[in-house]
Amino acid sequence: MSVLAVVCALLVVLPLILVLFYLLKMGVSSLNWNFFTKLPEPAGVDGGGMANAIVGTLELMGLALVMGVPIGLLGGIYLSEYGSEKTNTWIRFGADVLNGVPSIVWGLIGFTLVVAPMGGYSAFAGGLVLACIMVPLVLRTTEEVLVLVPTSYREAGMALGIPRWKITFNIVLRTAAKGIVTGVLLALGRIAGETAPLLFTALGTTLWNTSLKDPIAALPLQIYNYAISPYPDQNRQAWAGALVLILMVFLLSASVRIVSSRRKK
Amino acid sequence: MSKATTQALPLSAADLPAPNRLGNRVFEGLTLVSAAMIGVLFLLVVWVLVSGARMAMGVYGWSFLTNMHWNPVTDNYGALPFIYGTVVTSAIALLIAVPLSVGTAIYLTDLAPVWQRQPLTSVIEMLAAVPSVIWGLWGLFVLTPWLDAYPYTWLNKHFGSIPLFGAPFSASCLMSAGVIVAIMILPIVTSVSREILRSVPDLQREAAYGLGATRWEVTRIAVLSYARRGLMGAAVLGLGRALGETMAVTMVVGNSPKIPASLLQPGWTLASVIANQFGEASTDIQRSVLFEIGLVLVGVTILVNIGALILIKSIETPGSRRA
Repeated sequence: MSVLAVVCALLVVLPLILVLFYLLKMGVSSLNWNFFTKLPEPAGVDGGGMANAIVGTLELMGLALVMGVPIGLLGGIYLSEYGSEKTNTWIRFGADVLNGVPSIVWGLIGFTLVVAPMGGYSAFAGGLVLACIMVPLVLRTTEEVLVLVPTSYREAGMALGIPRWKITFNIVLRTAAKGIVTGVLLALGRIAGETAPLLFTALGTTLWNTSLKDPIAALPLQIYNYAISPYPDQNRQAWAGALVLILMVFLLSASVRIVSSRRKK
Repeated sequence: MSKATTQALPLSAADLPAPNRLGNRVFEGLTLVSAAMIGVLFLLVVWVLVSGARMAMGVYGWSFLTNMHWNPVTDNYGALPFIYGTVVTSAIALLIAVPLSVGTAIYLTDLAPVWQRQPLTSVIEMLAAVPSVIWGLWGLFVLTPWLDAYPYTWLNKHFGSIPLFGAPFSASCLMSAGVIVAIMILPIVTSVSREILRSVPDLQREAAYGLGATRWEVTRIAVLSYARRGLMGAAVLGLGRALGETMAVTMVVGNSPKIPASLLQPGWTLASVIANQFGEASTDIQRSVLFEIGLVLVGVTILVNIGALILIKSIETPGSRRA
């Protein structure tokens, strides 16, 4: 019986080991200076790189951060500081339901609300869609850490006659800062690898993006396109791109560890 | 403002009196609007899908869900092949992932030496962090060629007379998609199962030990039967994830709008047909049909997730261990 449980645990670990092994094996050999600095070559031409996709992914993450985090954060503050139990239950429930919406569907939403009215695929649409995915994630984690801040801290602030909103900003948020940053980083890690919502919003391009109104390349999109491509050189670059993407994601989760394990002075 | 001093201590942050200042009101308003965005987003999802699908609903009605043909040339669209593909791949994924996850969760809570628990939990978190498109890439170039060369060949050789494993079989098929999705839902099912098993009171275990039960009997009788509903919830949550899995499935399912007799033949799922066809959809009716597929997908996923939330909540009891 114990043996069976051990076997289960090993089988759960095995895919991670295999996927990391192959990413290193297939990806490392294609990582070179060109990969990080060059634009993609046309299909069939060997060489080129994913510079625009790497920058594009960072840009999309930045856009999502700017649009999604304030809303998620303020929403979380509402739940912990102002909301009544009844409304809170509904908002939490709604956030959980939104978390379960398949990511491809967000692509349809972005297409209808931004791409169709604006008349074209755009970086803005991609960022907005990723922000929509972030909002419920950040809201839930923010609330969870804010309710852990002792009520006596707030009372101390009240006793000094500090306005409520200043108490929230300077005392409650500061006390919970570590937890909030952790939540935001986790949400960023989740959206960094999202591909499906970008298919009909950011679209991808082989050029540099210069305007929010133009399509933008993203690492996951480029990996997808190169993976299903018939050209071996593009398949090879897909592995390299995947290696870079997973390093980005792991770097984010490592920074979560660092943030959450750092002791408060 | 001074009222608070004369009353009993407030019970929670929400009970604290708020001085009536402009800054407070503006800030509270801002937070309220942000929280309300959850509702707005939900309504947007529903509205966009319903309005996008209206045209298709008008043309095809309910028969859309039972029509097994998909022919863009004649504008004859039915969702049955995709519903079938989604159900089959999710079922395969659950059959593989749930036993493995529950086994791992049992190992993590009741059997593993303490020094192994944290590393193993970290590995499961890392597994969850791997993006879908990377599973797809690995599935496409590593996993499915291997599945094709060994397990599928073996299955077909020994069970080929059963139509489910019949020839001709290919690397890109419903079974491959099921296996990839299984891997992708392992972390969520494992971590929720672990939480559920942890919430089983120690008294429950001690009582079983006291009656002379062996370790396995304790797990089976005292732990698993106590946690049954919660574990079902974990499985249903996994199902919710499996239904909506898009990229990895698109890359290994074969993308064929048919209902294959064999699990080893190409199919298609609701999520992956949207990913594959929406960008290239050239007519309004084709787009609308894909919106309706999205509506079906979201409707089913939301119902499944609500079911999971209810099942999991039902076991959250106070007095559990290592909360």
